Amino acid sequence: MKSRGLMFIFSFVVWCILTWVPDIQHLIAGAAVSMVVALVMGSMFLTRPHMLFNPIRIFYFVFWYVPVFAWELIKANFDVAYRVIHPEMPIRPGIVRLRTRLRSDTGLTFLANSITLTPGTLTVDINRDDGVLYIHWINVVGTDPETTYREIGSRFEPMLRKIFEEDAVEQ
Amino acid sequence: MIDTIGMIFIGLGLGFDVLGCLGLVRLPDVYNRLQAATKCVTLGTCGILFGTFLVSGGFTETGFKALIAIVFLVLASPVAAHAVSRGAHRAGIKLWDRSVVDSYAEDKEGEA
Amino acid sequence: MKRLRWIAGAVVLLGLIILIIVLPFRSIFFRQNPEHIGFVGRVVYILILSSLLVLFRVLRGPTAADRIVAIDIFGILIVGLCAVLSIATGRSWYIDIGIAWGLQSFIGTLALSKYLEGRSFDD
Repeated sequence: MKSRGLMFIFSFVVWCILTWVPDIQHLIAGAAVSMVVALVMGSMFLTRPHMLFNPIRIFYFVFWYVPVFAWELIKANFDVAYRVIHPEMPIRPGIVRLRTRLRSDTGLTFLANSITLTPGTLTVDINRDDGVLYIHWINVVGTDPETTYREIGSRFEPMLRKIFEEDAVEQ
Repeated sequence: MIDTIGMIFIGLGLGFDVLGCLGLVRLPDVYNRLQAATKCVTLGTCGILFGTFLVSGGFTETGFKALIAIVFLVLASPVAAHAVSRGAHRAGIKLWDRSVVDSYAEDKEGEA
Repeated sequence: MKRLRWIAGAVVLLGLIILIIVLPFRSIFFRQNPEHIGFVGRVVYILILSSLLVLFRVLRGPTAADRIVAIDIFGILIVGLCAVLSIATGRSWYIDIGIAWGLQSFIGTLALSKYLEGRSFDD
């Protein structure tokens, strides 16, 4: 029920932004459409709605994760541009394993997306039971678990544990 | 003034777009192409949309829609890249000849 | 030999981009913000140039996955094209077209990659 209410509010806000100058007809049509969407799709939106209202998690997400992510994204683009322009193409591609201690769905999804948009790495598959991510790396430095964790995972995994995992903040 | 800043953003994004498409042509196999194209074209298009947000005068209709499009692109494009690379690997498309290691194929052999 | 090919390609691309920047632009759009028209025209030309690179990969791609990647990237480029056109004409529904195109392209890419995955010999 809580998930459906959140879905209604979320889709209503998106509707208001898309039809920006607010008008009584737009608002009524938007309310009807978001109610239908919330009734049909609402139960799949969030599995743990209480996580959204924790101010510490929101604070960490906005002021720690987003700036680091934007900086890594810009760095990744210059890295790829250098590799593309260089005549000899200095690449050593390969697929390596990365062990992670994240277990929740949202945390794993955010970790995979962050890895895809950071320098030289692309998530190929996730094995959720063992907590293993298979990562295509454009310039392989080493294949043992310590090296891959230090080069790829250590930038994002601690903060995502703090933001999305159950037991990191609430204890 | 703010128009000039927006145009600089659009120019930077355009440069990254061209470089990403160049990477799509030059790099040797599907996974490398996917990396270059996804990263460069996503940031380039986000730059163009942010420049649109600035040129069109901040929080007007166009500006709001441009911001929504940025959020949508950043969320959607890694998921598409992940799905395509996983599908390609499951369909048996080989890595480049000079690739170093393929742990995923080793683990899949172990399962089967 | 490889270096020679690289130099030839770089010269051709740089020549095209410089030609586009120098070229005087004749307006084909509605005149609503006339001070942005020339800039927007050059931006559209460079986007068409990168779309030609993408179409080369669609034609020559050795496997099906290459073509799927190229189509996905083509969709994202069109989102940028719609944003630039909305500057040129001052109409905000061009970005609506862009958002809808991006959604369709994303869903299409997911469906095509599922199809690619189901074609394997494993299962």
